[in-house]
Amino acid sequence: MAVTPTIRVQADDFDVAAEIEAVAAGRTDIGAVVTFTGLCRDENGRLSALELEHYPGMAEAEIGRIANEAIARFGLSGLTAIHRCGKIAPGGNIVLVVAASSHRQAAFDGANFLMDYLKTSAPFWKKEHAASGQTGDWVAARDADDEARLRWQKVGGES
Amino acid sequence: MKRKLIYFAWVRERIGKSEEERELPESVVSVSDLLAYLQTQGDEYEAALQHAHVIRVALDQEHADHREPIGNAREIALFPPMTGG
Repeated sequence: MAVTPTIRVQADDFDVAAEIEAVAAGRTDIGAVVTFTGLCRDENGRLSALELEHYPGMAEAEIGRIANEAIARFGLSGLTAIHRCGKIAPGGNIVLVVAASSHRQAAFDGANFLMDYLKTSAPFWKKEHAASGQTGDWVAARDADDEARLRWQKVGGES
Repeated sequence: MKRKLIYFAWVRERIGKSEEERELPESVVSVSDLLAYLQTQGDEYEAALQHAHVIRVALDQEHADHREPIGNAREIALFPPMTGG
């Protein structure tokens, strides 16, 4: 059966339990569900918020391309990716991945793979808002994120 | 052929607009030609695109290498490296 990922970009918060339920509802073949939730940090009190800008249309399309690759590569039974946009306060949710599979390793790997690719190729940009009230700088891309993505190419021998 | 150019994050802020329609000269064949051409279109473009190698480009909402031809892409987006997740 073809697995269709659920992809959403939204300003509203998400409910992790409800999203797990939605992936697993009515299924008896799923043996493992792995979730990853990315939250907004205050960077030791320095930030009052992160503002997430995205490219509407391409953001959903790009996450969809990555999600379909993850489903095919790891044989996932279900996959949901939700990315929030707009202003998010420290402690708030930014991103959710729910990966389901028959056995745990595929779900762990699928969630990990999706996040590594999402961070470097989904069109989102974070701007910092300082606790002082000033609008700060755009967050710079990290080399470590590119390296995290590259390790999947070494492991699987594909792009 | 008119192209829609879209800018995001600090590329958008430095150019001072989020999108525009433009007719591109025939000499603009590849993505890198486009970046070089736009740098000549005013101080704000020069400021936004001076480090052209870091600028990411999407043609009709798909990532494109700087060597790729822009072809018939109608929507061309320019943005900094992505920082989502």
